[in-house]
Amino acid sequence: MKIHLTSVFVDDQAKAERFYTEVLGFVKKHDVPVGEKDRWLTVVSPDEPDGTELLLEPAGHPAVKTFRDALVEEGIPLAQFAVDDVKAEYRRLHGLGVRFTQEPLEMGPVTTAVFDDSCGNLIQIATKPR
Amino acid sequence: MVAYCGAVADDLFKALADPTRRTILDELTEKSGQTLFEICSRLSMKHQLGISRQAVSQHLALLEAAGLVETRREGRYKFHELNTAPLRQIAERWLVADTSGPEKGTP
Repeated sequence: MKIHLTSVFVDDQAKAERFYTEVLGFVKKHDVPVGEKDRWLTVVSPDEPDGTELLLEPAGHPAVKTFRDALVEEGIPLAQFAVDDVKAEYRRLHGLGVRFTQEPLEMGPVTTAVFDDSCGNLIQIATKPR
Repeated sequence: MVAYCGAVADDLFKALADPTRRTILDELTEKSGQTLFEICSRLSMKHQLGISRQAVSQHLALLEAAGLVETRREGRYKFHELNTAPLRQIAERWLVADTSGPEKGTP
């Protein structure tokens, strides 16, 4: 069994597409209309075009807001992405106006930081332990 | 007034009596303004303290009752700030200022 797709709920798919591609640097993999206004919208890492897809899923279900508000209030991220250098990525994203709720924090072999994806979620970036 | 000070002191000493709560204060000294998630990360990853988020939340409530931690809401986030002002009560209670000047020889 493999994990080939996971998802985050996003407030606005068009805005999420811009943030996840233009700001974070992912590339769009699938974009298929579903229903009247929703899309099956997935992105992948440019380093792994056949790797795990991230589905940017409409946050229309009424339970989503309660769930996400509770997590965001406590600073809990909903997904984690791996980067080579958390501090460099922090500087790059911060320079682009991305809001961080946790600045880079070295904890033994791992460094992490947490930012707001502007679509309703907190995302953690982390270095892979070497 | 005296009774009020006593209640404040009880909360303060109770808050300081626990090693995990002192560690939380250490971490907030390093960086004030942390989410609950960051505090939990620091306790588990830096201090190898295997305590639940709920337990950390309870520790923070006691620190907040003692006035040592204040919470600040910013949009959808909540940050925990360090406030060391209550610690002055300890100094003011027992550490009297040295006003005696240079010691004179006993006549």
